[in-house]
Amino acid sequence: MSIWEYANPVRFMRTSAVLLPWVTGLAVLALGAGLVWGFFFTPDDFRQGSTVKIIYVHVPSATMAINIWAMMLITSLIWVVRRHHVSVLAAKAAAPVGATMTAIALITGAVWGQPMWGTWWEWDPRLTAFLILFLFYLGYMALWAAIENPDTAADLTSILCLVGSVFAVISRYAINFWNQGLHQGASLSLDKEENVADVFWQPLVISLAGFFFLFLALLLVRTRTEIRARRLMALKARERLA
Amino acid sequence: MMPDLGSYAVYVLSAWGATLALLAALILLTLRRNAAVKRALDEIEARRDAARAAPPDTKADPHGQA
Repeated sequence: MSIWEYANPVRFMRTSAVLLPWVTGLAVLALGAGLVWGFFFTPDDFRQGSTVKIIYVHVPSATMAINIWAMMLITSLIWVVRRHHVSVLAAKAAAPVGATMTAIALITGAVWGQPMWGTWWEWDPRLTAFLILFLFYLGYMALWAAIENPDTAADLTSILCLVGSVFAVISRYAINFWNQGLHQGASLSLDKEENVADVFWQPLVISLAGFFFLFLALLLVRTRTEIRARRLMALKARERLA
Repeated sequence: MMPDLGSYAVYVLSAWGATLALLAALILLTLRRNAAVKRALDEIEARRDAARAAPPDTKADPHGQA
């Protein structure tokens, strides 16, 4: 069986209907466990005090903000190369979720920055790249809304997605590139030495899984909505012609 | 049950509050649009099925004046 079979809308609708309850269940479990553990059952940090609890919403949302754009890039490229409608509709469906995750990362980062850095905002490379990524999300959604022909909209938004990927990469690696600014390095790493302490790391990983499954559940629902909306548009056009 | 957040309580609670509010709004809007599109599609498909099932003479002359 080939992955391209899921480019068939009927096949996608059938498969996603089966997956959706399981993914939603995993999202509720992981998000509930990670957030409750992080908020209620973790100690304060010796330097940051109770503000360390912001990590359980800030890091997962920031991680998802970047990775959702990466997912949109891949599905947009599949549209450009293979013209699979489900693929580009998945990118369209993911954008509002990515924009929300970016907004959460920006807001929680500012609220965390005030007591720790003494400022809500700094034109630091990572923060600035994140703000630009947020604007790209808004631009991407506005472009979809502004163009009537769905295939033209898909083509242009795919190109915009490609351009915006530069800022997604910069927001992830800005610290490594410039080695300056207020923002610290990655909280999660494959290198155990670089990770936060285990007492914070364990609930953080579960929260991250929760945010991932929440995204997946929303993506499935929203892609199903987009497929239905496309069919609705086609049937309305047919009715007008009849 | 509520942990002691000390002097940072306002910051921690507002960060968590904003996150939960934004996620709740996203989930609500997603489900609302999904339901609205599904309802509209069901209606138009029911209309189409009814038109297909109608006798041919009614379809040719919907006003029954033939």
